Amino acid sequence: MRMLSEIMKSSLKKIKLPVFIILYSAALLLTLPQNAYAMHIMEGFLPVNWAGFWFVLTIPFLILGLRSIQKTVTAAPSVKMLLGLAGAFAFVLSALKIPSVTGSCSHPTGVGLGAIMFGPLAMVVLGCIVLIFQALLLAHGGVTTLGANTFSMAVVGPIAAFVVYRVLKKTGAPGWLAVFLAAAAGNMLTYITTSVQLALAFPLQSGGFAAALAKFLGVFAVTQLPLAIMEGILTVVVFNVLTTYNRQELLELSVITEEVPQ
Amino acid sequence: MKKNLILILLVVLLAIVPLFMNRGAEFGGADGQAEEVITQINPDYQPWFSSVWEPPSGEIESLLFALQAALGAGFIGYYIGYVRGRKQAAEKEIHAKN
Repeated sequence: MRMLSEIMKSSLKKIKLPVFIILYSAALLLTLPQNAYAMHIMEGFLPVNWAGFWFVLTIPFLILGLRSIQKTVTAAPSVKMLLGLAGAFAFVLSALKIPSVTGSCSHPTGVGLGAIMFGPLAMVVLGCIVLIFQALLLAHGGVTTLGANTFSMAVVGPIAAFVVYRVLKKTGAPGWLAVFLAAAAGNMLTYITTSVQLALAFPLQSGGFAAALAKFLGVFAVTQLPLAIMEGILTVVVFNVLTTYNRQELLELSVITEEVPQ
Repeated sequence: MKKNLILILLVVLLAIVPLFMNRGAEFGGADGQAEEVITQINPDYQPWFSSVWEPPSGEIESLLFALQAALGAGFIGYYIGYVRGRKQAAEKEIHAKN
């Protein structure tokens, strides 16, 4: 992983930033779908242009994520294992398909914990690894929809969790509440994003995007609500354990502050 | 620790309750339902790519899902044991010094 990020870093240096930005916006425009007639999104279930669009949108976050991990690890090598824990948590939680009140199943994402500890960018990489595993070995999600799924689960979800945690901490909310709401928000926002992605690709003939969004939200959001609560609780449990045994690392990462004991 | 046990129990309850609330339900995947909605909205849509590899049976699929969970849980257990031991050792050292 370090080698990969170094290669990316050196290649990024070679391409001058303005050129890169121009190329990137051109790629975005090219892949922006022209005719939009038209959990994780299943293999082949996003039209080619949309699949490409989400890939292009996700790649810069992945590069930033690799650099963020590298920075964190060089600044505090002792947190490497903790980073592994964040990945392992996402690995377990996204393997658990849990029944929900709607009579269908879905799974939590587990990206909130890592986003709270390491910031949202680090989770782009870890979430993407989980999604690749599931796409290749489990036929869950897909290779063509990897860009879209990474964007929802590993970009939007972690950003939501991170923002909620930091804002609540600033307002002086108790630590457990901030962790709970952050993880739950990360989970919900992931699936709301999935619904938006599907509605953009498949708008209804009458009602268009909004009507389609309502339909997809009906599938995902209600099912996901109890799972978001469960993910929130489980994240609080792991966080409790970490604040007992890992005070030093969490202080180093400025996740918790000295005067707020858990 | 007691607090954590209660919290975990709460999660288990949340997972069990739906089984009793919807006795007749299928409990299929939400992604499969999304697929249905897609075919409703656009009956002509053909998935243009199919999975590179699919687990040959439900059994193999659950094997792989269990493996995924086991790998993750194994690491989490190892890590918590490690940091707990580390803390105990540090505390012992402080006691020994006093």
